[in-house]
Amino acid sequence: MAGGLGKIIKTLQIDTRLLGMIGAFVLIAFIFNIATGGTFLTPRNLFNLTLQTASVAVMATGMVFVIVTRNIDLSIGSLLGVVGMIMGVMQAFVLPDIVGFGSPLIWVVAVIVGLAVGIGIGAFQGWMIGYLAIPSFIVTLGGLLIWRGTAWWVTRGTTVSPLDPTFNMLGGASGTIGVTASWILALVGSAATLYFLFNSRKNYIGHGFPVKPMWAEVALGGILVGAICGITAIMNAYQIPTRVLQRRFEQDGLEMPEGYTEAYGFPISVLIVLAVAIVMTIVARKSRFGRYVFAMGGNPDAAELSGINTRLLTVKVFALMGALTAISAVIASARLGSAGNSLGELDELRVIAAAVIGGTALAGGVGTIYGAILGAFIMQALVSGMGMVGVDSPFQNMIVGAVLILAVWIDILYRRKTGDS
Amino acid sequence: MTTPLLEMRNISIHFGGIKAVDDVSIDVMPGEVVGLLGHNGAGKSTLIKILAGAYQKDAGEIYVDGKKVEINNPRDARDLNIETIYQTLALSDNLDAASNLFLGREITTAFGLVDDTKMEAESRKIMARLNPNFKRFSEPVRSLSGGQRQSVAIARAVYFNARILIMDEPTAALGVHETAMVADLIKELKAQGLGIFLISHDTREMMELCDRVSVMKNGQLIGTERVEDVTEDDILSMIIMGKNPKREVA
Repeated sequence: MAGGLGKIIKTLQIDTRLLGMIGAFVLIAFIFNIATGGTFLTPRNLFNLTLQTASVAVMATGMVFVIVTRNIDLSIGSLLGVVGMIMGVMQAFVLPDIVGFGSPLIWVVAVIVGLAVGIGIGAFQGWMIGYLAIPSFIVTLGGLLIWRGTAWWVTRGTTVSPLDPTFNMLGGASGTIGVTASWILALVGSAATLYFLFNSRKNYIGHGFPVKPMWAEVALGGILVGAICGITAIMNAYQIPTRVLQRRFEQDGLEMPEGYTEAYGFPISVLIVLAVAIVMTIVARKSRFGRYVFAMGGNPDAAELSGINTRLLTVKVFALMGALTAISAVIASARLGSAGNSLGELDELRVIAAAVIGGTALAGGVGTIYGAILGAFIMQALVSGMGMVGVDSPFQNMIVGAVLILAVWIDILYRRKTGDS
Repeated sequence: MTTPLLEMRNISIHFGGIKAVDDVSIDVMPGEVVGLLGHNGAGKSTLIKILAGAYQKDAGEIYVDGKKVEINNPRDARDLNIETIYQTLALSDNLDAASNLFLGREITTAFGLVDDTKMEAESRKIMARLNPNFKRFSEPVRSLSGGQRQSVAIARAVYFNARILIMDEPTAALGVHETAMVADLIKELKAQGLGIFLISHDTREMMELCDRVSVMKNGQLIGTERVEDVTEDDILSMIIMGKNPKREVA
């Protein structure tokens, strides 16, 4: 790296791998923007991109833990399918008879049941891996077939729809928080970011540790706040189409005023991704559970000898993966407004690819939450960009496959160069 | 005679048909260093792994301060203030020194989150005592030298007030200077009243550091001798022949 720039990056203490991934994302975005004549980098497309990525991004954060502990989970696509199907059946057939049609309880109960099923199946698979010592590859490969079959069996292959309208807001464009709330959120987020930077600096100084120079701290804060406000501005720039607005007014029995406009703001599903990202980052870096996950990935024997119950830890990791898969099932089925038999098909591969592109090492012990989420965005940008340019489906798959291999190869070269193994 | 700090009595364990440890009894007094000697596969590491809770014995008893105790896992051993420094340096390579030092016993904040700065500050304190040259606190221990890694492993045992310390080849991976440092540390801990089990292949080093040595061969205890009563040659013949020539004569 060039001397001056390298020094700045080092002083800012930014992960160079993160920079590389952001660079790759920007590069992909600009190439597609040129190829599509400027439609890729429009608020509308970026808004849709975040909606499409949400489900895979949520699961990718859990896959980081799974892969860090030297395991793999091939069952999540099918698990997403069966959880989505169960939630769909609950909403369409079971709950209206119990709590009444249109009751606000419907979506709440459906989500709770979905989470319980996800956690239960995840924990059960984790128990077989941790306590029965069956390799995770086998347990979850079996799960892939079993849960897809279960989803099929539940509805005999039919698609369940329509889903509860409130439920649909959790994943689709119908559920956005509007311009004002989005800006308030951006303000709160910026304030929290700055407080966090300030507090951690104070903590370091309090213990007499070396700290970054003040200009680096200010620059980092500026970059982060700028990013938060930039993303918010993009989400707030996408105007709701007039005919959609018209329909909303008609539903309420009102006439839409002439020249009325409204923008989407943050979709709820993207806020779910944000919340999951924040919680999972804290779990990974600041909780004992997260510390043990990485310790076990680095050296399972050392973790066991340090008094960590690695079997129970495995159960917890897979239960967490199940919970996140259930959240993704909510987002995915809500976005489509239905629960079909193919819901989540091949998602396990997209999620693993996202985690791996995001720098999670299959050898275990290494991985970051933000990396996995960025990996999910890079994959989705590639797929939807190719779709917009008009690349045929078979070529799309070939290119995504090649990019996955290339990304891992670059990662290996990077690790070799920086001395990480 | 005072009560031993720790006593392992008639310990046996077998893996499949092989008796890895066969009816072995050893003990250690406060402020004493007991060496375990023997060829590879003699059963030394297996014996101490039973004490550390990594293996479960098939027969025998363990006494701490004369009271019978059960050690079923590494947590039990830690609760009894038995700390182990393994030959393989049981460290998680991807974590930094402080995370390894406190692994399984993290300092947490009021919110139950791990307090990394506090742990690093504590690590710096203990390292200043054990290895003042140690400066690389924020790097994964994989990038450290053998001696630096060893000082992390030792710091872990010392920080948590071990009463009984098991050291399985603590100097095997170290240079001359670092070996001397470990030897000094063993003497210091001994003076503090710890009971130490030391495993090593270096007979000369053992003669210098230990008060007594127990020699094992093929899973059995050949004998335990005070170092002043035997020569290095006597020890070697116990290791190789499985008997003490002096005792034979007498």
